[in-house]
Amino acid sequence: MFAQILFVLMAIVIVVTSIGVVAARNPVRSALNLVANFFALAVLYLFLYAQFVAAVQIIVYAGAIMVLFLFTIMLLNLGSPAELADRGEIKRPITWGLALLFVIVLAGGVFARLGEAQPAQDDLGTVQMVGKFLFADWVYPFELTSILLLIAIVGAIVMAKRRL
Amino acid sequence: METLLQNPWFVIPLRIVIVVGFVLTAVPVLVWVERRVLALMQIRKGPNRVGPAGLLQPIADGIKLFFKEDVLPEKVDRFIYFLAPAGFLIPVLCAPAVIPWGPDDRLTPIADVNIGILFLLAMTSLTVYGIILAGWSSNNKYSLLGGLRASAQTISYELAMGLSILSVVLLTGSLSMREMVLNQQGELGLLNWHVFRFFPLGLIATGIFLVAMLAETNRAPFDLPEAESELIAGYHTEYSSMKFAMFFMGEYASMVTISAVMVTLFFGGWLSPLPFAPFTWIPGPIWFLIKLGVFIYLFIWVRATLPRLRYDMLMKLGWLRLLPTALVNLFLVAVILWWRS
Repeated sequence: MFAQILFVLMAIVIVVTSIGVVAARNPVRSALNLVANFFALAVLYLFLYAQFVAAVQIIVYAGAIMVLFLFTIMLLNLGSPAELADRGEIKRPITWGLALLFVIVLAGGVFARLGEAQPAQDDLGTVQMVGKFLFADWVYPFELTSILLLIAIVGAIVMAKRRL
Repeated sequence: METLLQNPWFVIPLRIVIVVGFVLTAVPVLVWVERRVLALMQIRKGPNRVGPAGLLQPIADGIKLFFKEDVLPEKVDRFIYFLAPAGFLIPVLCAPAVIPWGPDDRLTPIADVNIGILFLLAMTSLTVYGIILAGWSSNNKYSLLGGLRASAQTISYELAMGLSILSVVLLTGSLSMREMVLNQQGELGLLNWHVFRFFPLGLIATGIFLVAMLAETNRAPFDLPEAESELIAGYHTEYSSMKFAMFFMGEYASMVTISAVMVTLFFGGWLSPLPFAPFTWIPGPIWFLIKLGVFIYLFIWVRATLPRLRYDMLMKLGWLRLLPTALVNLFLVAVILWWRS
């Protein structure tokens, strides 16, 4: 009972803040909505017994990445929304069309497999299980992803150095 | 009494009252201690008029802050300006929820989760929002600079801090705070604590954590976000009355929390330093509080001793000294553990 109430509350928070991210006129407000969204999402991970994933979600996304985002937004001083407004007339219907398509595909995917849903295993999200998955079963994809991140870092440094 | 302590609807609110109550009552005491100790170290008198030895001074200060005019600057972003002090204080008060004070797990911690140290890191990394948002929403260049400095500083030192914590995680083989304390128990007493493990590797990890903990709490010599000689008061320049008091309380409460983490990770938590008779008579929570007091005193001592760092020195220390040292240290700890297994 308590869990259901909490779930509905968090679901409402996620929906409202997700709309807030795209609807807020001020970029700082958008970023803050996203932080609140990450929080509610972390609570949902707790429902799946994934304490480790929930904590990492807050440390990495809310604690590090969004702080850097805010830092950048404040340094660039993207305060005036008028300058950010998109004036292209053709772009708008295409954007809406693609967004609609995305919703349809996502909803279709979810509803098609709704019957197969099963209760979460209570040890799936523990540190031991995540570690076993990452470093035993999926070690090659995992290492490939880390190389991808390394390339991105090197690329960013090269771009920044050129301008210095 | 026993059945009452089994009932979660009774015992969890009780634990919250104990932990948050302790942290909040520690704040005024800490302010008094800091002012008296700083005065002693600088051969001044310090607060000595209100009550015996100035003990009632924090209460007088609190009353003053309550009745001060709450100035709202004209061009602030209202919602975020009001949100920021709460956004700073709330994570600071949440963080100590996972710290065990004693061997008895009925009263503390509030929640003995198996990812304890990660929860703590998550909460301390969130405090930076309060500061950066306060700086931005005040619409004041000094505040903004203070906020930006705070965020850059916190992110830089979080890395070194995380790596020094990781060496403790490797030693324990668990992320639970209780396991970390129990791992330091043994016949050798204080020689079993993580600080003296694999000498000098444990000591180096402790030193890195110590520097990072001063930087994370924005205390001297890393108090650049509020450097009064260049930024007036940094991120809380535009705050007055109780909103300023919330930032002030948050800073002191986070000193208490981070000192408690230091004690738990490296200095044996509630364990007595010598595992025989007269020392083991003193109960665990008392040992915990004694150790906590030592580190809080260290905070004040450092403030009275060291001058503030320049911004580029701060970044150089964090990225070029602490981070590589912490990485090598962690690697060596891992190698020794692998060798032994």
